[in-house]
Amino acid sequence: MSSTTHDVVEAEREWHRLDPRMLALNISVLAAPLAGFGVTAIVTGGNVPPGVFFSLLSVGAIFVVMMGVGLMRYATTRYRIGEERVELHAGLVFHRRLSIPRDRIRSVDLTANPLHRIFGLSVVKVGTGQNTTSADRSGELSLDAVRRERAEELRLELLRRSPVAATPVSGDTADDEPAARTTSPTEAPAAATGATAAETTIATMNWAWIRYAPLTGWTLVVAAIIVGGAGRVLDWTGVDPYESGLIMAVFTWVRQFSLVVVILVALAAVLVVGVIGATLIFIEGWWGFRLVRESGGSFRVRRGLLTTRSLSLEERRLRGVELVEGLGVRLAKGATTKAIAAGLATTSKDKNKEKDFLLPPAPREEAYRVSAEVLAEETTPLAVTGLARHPRAALRRRLFRAIVPVLLLAAVLAVVRSAVSWMGWLPSWVPPVSLLLLLATIPLAFDAYRNLGHTLAGRYLLARHGTVARHTVALRRTGIIGWTVSRTFFQRRSGLATIAATTGAGSGAYRVYDVDESTGLTFAEQAVPDLLTPFLERDGG
Amino acid sequence: MLASRTDAGWNERVNTTTVRLRPPRHLVERRAVRLWTAQALALVVPPALVLGVLTALLAPARLWLGVGLLVVLLFGLPYIFVMPHWRFRVHRWEATDDAVYTASGWLFQEWRVAPMSRIQTVDSVRGPLQRLFRLASVTVTTASAAGALKIEGLDQGVAKDLVERLTEVTQATPGDAT
Repeated sequence: MSSTTHDVVEAEREWHRLDPRMLALNISVLAAPLAGFGVTAIVTGGNVPPGVFFSLLSVGAIFVVMMGVGLMRYATTRYRIGEERVELHAGLVFHRRLSIPRDRIRSVDLTANPLHRIFGLSVVKVGTGQNTTSADRSGELSLDAVRRERAEELRLELLRRSPVAATPVSGDTADDEPAARTTSPTEAPAAATGATAAETTIATMNWAWIRYAPLTGWTLVVAAIIVGGAGRVLDWTGVDPYESGLIMAVFTWVRQFSLVVVILVALAAVLVVGVIGATLIFIEGWWGFRLVRESGGSFRVRRGLLTTRSLSLEERRLRGVELVEGLGVRLAKGATTKAIAAGLATTSKDKNKEKDFLLPPAPREEAYRVSAEVLAEETTPLAVTGLARHPRAALRRRLFRAIVPVLLLAAVLAVVRSAVSWMGWLPSWVPPVSLLLLLATIPLAFDAYRNLGHTLAGRYLLARHGTVARHTVALRRTGIIGWTVSRTFFQRRSGLATIAATTGAGSGAYRVYDVDESTGLTFAEQAVPDLLTPFLERDGG
Repeated sequence: MLASRTDAGWNERVNTTTVRLRPPRHLVERRAVRLWTAQALALVVPPALVLGVLTALLAPARLWLGVGLLVVLLFGLPYIFVMPHWRFRVHRWEATDDAVYTASGWLFQEWRVAPMSRIQTVDSVRGPLQRLFRLASVTVTTASAAGALKIEGLDQGVAKDLVERLTEVTQATPGDAT
């Protein structure tokens, strides 16, 4: 594909293919097993067990199949950017024809993992405001992958509705990509060179924020992966721990210390690894972070060290912001900020991709400042105080959830220990000691109750909940497209309800949990006048 | 049915009037009870049968299989005999000129409101079991990813009319409903 900028302008309505270099991405399948093979060869001194050869063979077979599939995908995928619509044709057996009206495009997301970057490629995802819960994900158009420069051209092209003067893009991204290109059909390509950026920076990286990294959930996740992964690696390399001299030597050395010391040291080691891992993940994810407002009325978030991510979303698709405070980060007065925007619907598949993050974990004040600027408000609605508290029954529900599972756990452990013969190894003090969990869960229940709240703040609906991760949502009242009131059996008995404002953005529904039914309905009625009114009945007093 | 016991002192805004959701105007078809019973039977009977046969045949594991069977019956029998009637009392729907309003559920109940101007698609579904009872369900989607409004257990004719009416109204509304 030799498309220079000239070609793009002239071939505006031509069909384009993906970049053939996408086929090279398949070597990633081979990398991990080959590395495992190498480790096995070293550990066993060249005496590789036959099982490992077989798994290597099967991986080779998978590689061949994937190359075949990739070739097919390359041969059958083509896309076209027309005046009115963006079209994608793909697939041979399951032929898929996707046609998206250009005015439905809400966001353009460019991602390049290290492998993509080696080959100079980028994945382009075009988000629309469609309901993406359906299995076929028909709302999303994805080009995996195209040339990096082409991706940047597409981004500018797709977010521009009417052809205007070329908007040059500054080349100051972390990887110093010369991204300045024009894509406007009416403008000569020469216009792009040498011009300055027509964008205003809202926030950039402040490396002091790295102090929040060990406080994020990643520390625990990494620690869990290390513990769980160690066994997997042994299994994978085909090394029997009881036969490897090296590992047995380590075991013998460890056993001279007392069990308590070994456990404490192991825990500390795992924790240190977790902290290092969380810090590395933070650095990788937020390297070169920059949030800017572009001249065309859109925001752009760029970040990433190895995998570079670029997300552009239209300002008029913004429906609100969400503040997420994990327990550790919250104790350090920090928070992460997310955009609630149409076209950024977070399906369960994308949930952990942090696509909608506007800001890394940062001091709450910074989160407030950035959210105010993004929402174009004087002060951020997120900082509004005096949220209406929820009924005492909501606390009872939280205490029930904190206490009953722990009691059940203790009871089950006690019964199992005495009734099931092969569980006899369980020390007798385990069931009563498990009750100590209550020391953690009961305070969390009180905190969860204290965090419940809702209010109206000007153009926004404000709702807060959660303890391990406290969520504060500021949703534009004009973005609310319906209500869902849900009540479990126990909520009905205590006069409570969970009221969700549905919206065509973010997770699709933002909830006010365990509010008094009458208060909550009045609140919903005030938030969006007239919508709920015909379905309410009042009895006075 | 919705009698609420409020702890008024704990709310900052103390309301002297109580506000409740009124049930939507239309009941679903009486035949829906049979549909829900059939669905419950399809869910409960196979595992109960398997566990029952195994309990009879495998003497050594009789205790644990028996416990399993008991648990399945403990939850399954009320599900077969209570759930359909309970659902029938809750499930209701209504479509005004401005909005669609539905109520559904039994132990867990849900009321949903979507304004006409925000409706994106309207579908009618007739599964094989539903066809057996001459029933259909209507699904109304909005731009929200949090799920659609679903009206189950409508008469096929009623469902057809409803889909036609809703399609007409939503097509007359400009904009892309986000």
